Amino acid sequence: MRFSINPEMATQEVQPNETLTNLKAESDTLKTKLEDERAKLHDVELHQVAEKVDGLGQFIMKTRRTLKGHGNKVLCMDWCKDKRRIVSSSQDGKVIVWDAFTTNKEHAVTMPCTWVMACAYAPSGCAVACGGLDNKCSVYPLSLDKNENLAAKKKSVAMHTNYLSACSFTNSDMQILTSSGDGTCALWDVESGQLLQSFHGHAADVLCLDLAPSETGNTFVSGGCDKKANVWDMRSGQCIQSFETHESDINSVRYYPSGDAFASGSDDATCRLYDLRADREVAIYSKESIIFGASSVDFSLSGRLLFGGYNDYTINVWDVLKGTRVSILFGHENRVSTLRLSPDGTAFCSGSWDHTLRVRDRGYHLEPVTSATVCLILVSSSSCLSLMPVPSPFYFIRTASFITFGP
Amino acid sequence: KKENMTSNSNVSNMRRLVEQLKLEASLERIKVSQAAAELQQYCHQNAAKDALLVGVPAGSNPFREPRSCNLF
Repeated sequence: MRFSINPEMATQEVQPNETLTNLKAESDTLKTKLEDERAKLHDVELHQVAEKVDGLGQFIMKTRRTLKGHGNKVLCMDWCKDKRRIVSSSQDGKVIVWDAFTTNKEHAVTMPCTWVMACAYAPSGCAVACGGLDNKCSVYPLSLDKNENLAAKKKSVAMHTNYLSACSFTNSDMQILTSSGDGTCALWDVESGQLLQSFHGHAADVLCLDLAPSETGNTFVSGGCDKKANVWDMRSGQCIQSFETHESDINSVRYYPSGDAFASGSDDATCRLYDLRADREVAIYSKESIIFGASSVDFSLSGRLLFGGYNDYTINVWDVLKGTRVSILFGHENRVSTLRLSPDGTAFCSGSWDHTLRVRDRGYHLEPVTSATVCLILVSSSSCLSLMPVPSPFYFIRTASFITFGP
Repeated sequence: KKENMTSNSNVSNMRRLVEQLKLEASLERIKVSQAAAELQQYCHQNAAKDALLVGVPAGSNPFREPRSCNLF
């Protein structure tokens, strides 16, 4: 960590014990001052401000695709910018690239280590990065030739002194940001493998990171086993803000789409929202009935919904403004370990220790017919109505009304 | 001498902590009411585009293919 040198302090005579006591006193004073400053501006709760906002009502989500193929726990996943490809990594060392539309596996790589805890898609869609117990982050260029051995072109980029917990490309394929069990985050140049910046400040394993949306500048947030979420300046390596309200490890952090806030998911069974300009926690998403840790969080496109994957196999969907849960999604048969919104916000994918990934979107109440949908209505003797799209010069207006069941 | 070195590193750690706290204390903050209003405004402005929030016509979602459906 680099700090500007205070000339007064540099010329002081060093008398260790005395200085230590003074410094301790000064740090205590500053901590109190920090708390006071934050408290002064705490004039209202978020959910109070949101009282006048319309509630969200019934909320149905449907699984549209189930990706099967991993032989063990899925630990991480990421979307390609093309909104259809997904990369996922697993405990057995496999990294798979899927076409989520067709559910076909396009590429598979076997890593030399187990527990591949981190994977990421390059912005160009031409490479993936991954790592885990090997303490490294490696980049694999994706070949169009399915027969080509991807492992041959592997490039080792990041080197930590403990496991890699998360990785993310920055705005280009040229730089990767990593977080590690060694308590640090680091920014690397992909081509040369050079360390560009390191970020020190967490007192224990760093478990997650997220880059600020590009419009808001060069910062990122990290969460760790020290229960802290830190916001960092990528250029200087400085920690600019720190939040410590969780009661256990922070497993996941994700920026609010505007970049003004971020959410976190923790082993303390809560998700929280921190506003960066108010410099404090502004919401807690929790219920007495939720006692298992939240492993992964992501927002919907507008930031109104927060999806949280939990260790009790469920996904809870929260109304970010009102602080209430709008839906609980079942389906996975083991812990949900990873969860991400698709790039255009039409769907989200979750990965689980049950070896599968699921792509879900919104279920619909009414499905209007378009001029391209041509139907033939068949009435069977057992009084079932069956509608099938069939080429025909006859058009029928189809109104399908589905009875929806609330969570 | 070893004791001295340890105390020196404790001192430098404390100095770092104090500098960090000074930095954090000097941040310009806004009131929660203002921050909350702006979060709410962002949600409102982008709600219409949020497919998971409001839903979109069936045809425009690539994960939903036209299928046969049964009404019972």
